[in-house]
Amino acid sequence: MTKQYETVIGLEVHVELATKTKIFCGCSTEFGGAPNTHTCPVCTGMPGSLPVLNKQVVEYALAVGLATNCGINQYCKFDRKNYFYPDNPQNYQISQLYLPICHDGWVEIETAAGPKRIGIHEIHMEEDAGKLIHDEWDDCSLVDYNRSGVPLIEIVSEPDMRSADEVIAYLEKLRLIIQYLGASDCKLQEGSMRADVNLSVREVGAAQLGTRTEMKNLNSFKAIARAIEGERKRQIELLEEGRRVIQETRRWDDNKESSHAMRSKEDAQDYRYFPDPDLTPVVISDEWLQAVRDRQPELRTEKLARYQQEYQLPLYDAEILTGSKHLADIFEATVALCGRPKEVSNWLMVEAMRLLKEKEQDPEDLTFSPENLAALIGMVEKNMINRTVAKTVFEEIFAHDVDPQAYVAEKGLGMVSDEGELRRTIETVIADNPQSVEDFRNGKEKAMGFLVGQTMRAMKGKADPAKVNQIVRELLTK
Amino acid sequence: MNSLLEMTAVQLGGKIKSREVGVVEAAKAALAQIQAVEPAVCAYVTVDEAGALRQAEAVQKKIDAGELTGPLAGVPAAVKDNMCTEGLLTTCSSKILYNFVPTYTAEAVLNLQKAGAVILGKTNMDEFAMGSTTETSAFGVTRNPWNLEHVPGGSSGGSCAAVSANECFYALGSDTGGSIRQPSSFCGVTGIKPTYGTVSRYGLIAYGSSLDQIGPIAKDVSDCAAVLETIASYDRKDSTSIPRKDCDFTSALVDDVKGMRIGIPRDYLGEGLDGEVKAAILQAAKVLEEKGAVVEKFDLSLVEYAIPAYYVIASAEASSNLSRFDGVKYGFRAKEYEGLHNMYKRSRSEGFGPEVKRRIMLGSFVLSSGYYDAYYLKALRTKALIKKAFDKAFEKYDVILGPASPSTAPGLGESLGDPLKMYLGDIYTISVNLAGLPGMTVPCGTDSKGLPIGLQLIGDCFQEKNIIRAGYAFEQSRKYESPKIARDAQAAAGYGGAQGGPADGIRNRIAETAGKEA
Amino acid sequence: MANVISDETIEYVGILAKLELTDAEKEEAKKDMGRMLDYIDMLNELDTSGVEPMSHVFAMNNVFREDVVTNGDEREKILKNAPEQKDGSFKVPKTVE
Repeated sequence: MTKQYETVIGLEVHVELATKTKIFCGCSTEFGGAPNTHTCPVCTGMPGSLPVLNKQVVEYALAVGLATNCGINQYCKFDRKNYFYPDNPQNYQISQLYLPICHDGWVEIETAAGPKRIGIHEIHMEEDAGKLIHDEWDDCSLVDYNRSGVPLIEIVSEPDMRSADEVIAYLEKLRLIIQYLGASDCKLQEGSMRADVNLSVREVGAAQLGTRTEMKNLNSFKAIARAIEGERKRQIELLEEGRRVIQETRRWDDNKESSHAMRSKEDAQDYRYFPDPDLTPVVISDEWLQAVRDRQPELRTEKLARYQQEYQLPLYDAEILTGSKHLADIFEATVALCGRPKEVSNWLMVEAMRLLKEKEQDPEDLTFSPENLAALIGMVEKNMINRTVAKTVFEEIFAHDVDPQAYVAEKGLGMVSDEGELRRTIETVIADNPQSVEDFRNGKEKAMGFLVGQTMRAMKGKADPAKVNQIVRELLTK
Repeated sequence: MNSLLEMTAVQLGGKIKSREVGVVEAAKAALAQIQAVEPAVCAYVTVDEAGALRQAEAVQKKIDAGELTGPLAGVPAAVKDNMCTEGLLTTCSSKILYNFVPTYTAEAVLNLQKAGAVILGKTNMDEFAMGSTTETSAFGVTRNPWNLEHVPGGSSGGSCAAVSANECFYALGSDTGGSIRQPSSFCGVTGIKPTYGTVSRYGLIAYGSSLDQIGPIAKDVSDCAAVLETIASYDRKDSTSIPRKDCDFTSALVDDVKGMRIGIPRDYLGEGLDGEVKAAILQAAKVLEEKGAVVEKFDLSLVEYAIPAYYVIASAEASSNLSRFDGVKYGFRAKEYEGLHNMYKRSRSEGFGPEVKRRIMLGSFVLSSGYYDAYYLKALRTKALIKKAFDKAFEKYDVILGPASPSTAPGLGESLGDPLKMYLGDIYTISVNLAGLPGMTVPCGTDSKGLPIGLQLIGDCFQEKNIIRAGYAFEQSRKYESPKIARDAQAAAGYGGAQGGPADGIRNRIAETAGKEA
Repeated sequence: MANVISDETIEYVGILAKLELTDAEKEEAKKDMGRMLDYIDMLNELDTSGVEPMSHVFAMNNVFREDVVTNGDEREKILKNAPEQKDGSFKVPKTVE
């Protein structure tokens, strides 16, 4: 390869909003549930049914638009996107084409070369489709409309990204913003955040963009990175062979690490958008917009600054804690209960993060209650358990959200405060290890450490190490 | 007994209230009339005999208990087959919905039921309300009770024929481009298309969503006002429903048009209008003038542009509205197909009739890439101009008066051969839908062949009361007549009560039509 | 006829509308659509510059629902009219991607 190529990437990100009900009917958006148990005439396209817009969808879309520096179309409308597919019960999707609710925003990401702005072309509201389950046994597909009509926003970026790293930084940035707003939990694996990648390549320095393809079915950051690399290579190879890139939609198969075109001759890609006559326009007054602005919660940048000032945390701690809204929420709730922000931060950053990594989980997956972490910290502070025991107890809190006091009592892990018992144990240890005693008396300070360790072992870790130290020294120097 | 079926809905309601007529008795009389004339008229797709009698008994109990006191309590009615009725077949007169039994009831029908209506069955129509003759129904052609060799008009032809032939006391129709007013005119009955948004569209199977409105069809203006008052409601399930406080339409039933300003568009009296129709319309105008109205002719303008604009908008919306009929969730699925898209194509091609396909094709085309601006947006701009022309006219007039149709009912089979010519027949009714206005047809005479002529009265938005007042005043000058077939059947039957129907008590034309095809 | 509808156009519209026409129906559709479009072209006589397209006759807006669950499990009703069903779902020919 002699030529130098540049990759140009834009993203279409779909985010399922955290409303209780669907966008156009009063059906629950709850996950799970047997097929078609969260459906009604509206979200299954029954003849004669009509949509009515869920106000909360507009509120969330506005909140995301404001947080991503977008302009707001204060007069916006819904359009029908017409195409036939069984997951789409009306055979049109209600979406926004002509007047989307938000436009021309940006977010800033960190790159190796410093901060970079990624433009947001528009954000529009639309309805999700149902789910198709492929039945191998019967060689057919089964349609479940539980997800049909779940509200989505689609965030369309400008083609401003140049690498997989930038794409992931942009997605993480969006995810944080939206999580902080409470507008969605943004879980890629569960599909509440989905990204389609528009990618083209061009020779470095070329003024015009190359022909782009759209990649779908990307369910994790890793899959996105692999798909970008795969598609970049595929396009460059085509160009190097003197062939053309065809504008098309491709489906990524992360197991095979390759993609294939989703073309079909029955797929005209002509969506015949027109304003939905069943819905009225949405008019967003200045007052409404201001009210949404006033209700915006503290976003990450503000929280980051506050953690350093209010809690006196180092930047490193603050960055990790605010890197997940859920983690930050646990941190704040715990501090509110037991104070000692640095101590709380340590538990979360060191122990919680270690366990998450072991289990290949995200901070969003943390399930323990701040009450139990606060109680644990209190117990360590009051010397009711030592740190080693505390770490074991924390693992139980992490996994099963146990009450640390009850757990310690049940397992008998509490510190032994009876000095008589401690003395008797140490005397036995000294009697059993004459060599070490002699070494100590010959000036080998290290030998004392051994004896302390043996004592702790005999006490099953339930002794206060300071106290053990003190008594061992006392008995050795008697 | 003969006179029972000749009563208006409000008259019958009064007799039921005063216990002179029982609800079951009224329902049986209507069902007997249906049995007598249906073989000739074919106004119903489905007759629910058992259900009607069940409802009648329940309603009678509620009347006796003092729970139902309205003017329509216990009065048997019919519903156009494009309104969903829970548990009762709803077909839109289309093969694609030949077996569709809704699990919920349209809001307008619910409103009727709450007022004590007894629903006799579902009336025939042009398939998906697309047509002006009720000949595009997949379940047989409805005939005009005044002359069985003529069409009843459409698309609410079944509802209008049923009212005319005394097969019900009133009916619901729907009007997208004249589908209540034109067949009312052809069948010699009265029908109102209310202001867009007055009656909920929830449960009305959509044709052109921005134009569709449900309205009443009955023997006279008083009945229509009473029914409209009952079905009008602000419905939160229909985003285009409009909250109104002025739905006391019966208060406008006053025989007084003194000082009322009535305009007749010259554009409605020109080329294409049948001479006898024109004479009857002008005669009707004269009656109102003699009663004190100020009548004058004026130029409305843009009349000829309404039809092309309408066919672009209605077909575009229909192409999208009807895409849900695909053999997946309900209705007809083709027996043989290869794969998903072929299943769609086969089911839709076998399920829809030619007129529906024609409009879906046109609608898909005008919305397709590259044509949206030139056709669809152009039509929406034209619609805005037409609305403006009406706004200007209503600055000067309270009511616009004209014909409902250029001619009386054409003969069977005369219209379908030339779709464009059929569309031109909607010239006086279509612009009313584009502008969202209320319009009404009142019978105003017959032609030399004995076919009814209808007078159309158009009001400004939300001004139904003006047209109701004008219609009521005009109506006082003439006597309502039933066609001979209705009177003969009544005379022959004597009305001891309905003869038993099939075991399940529901009769419909689906099997009959399917049998013919086989 | 000013608007001549090609075979390709009818084919294309058939794909969009999911309608399969016989050859005779296609010929008929070409003729019908051409005539209709000629007629619709009458609208070009009108000067509509500066006129806003009117989707809704009335300036209604902001018709909303509150975000409250009102519907329960209606699966039985929803599936009642299904031409084919299996395991509480609508059954369709295999969708291949």
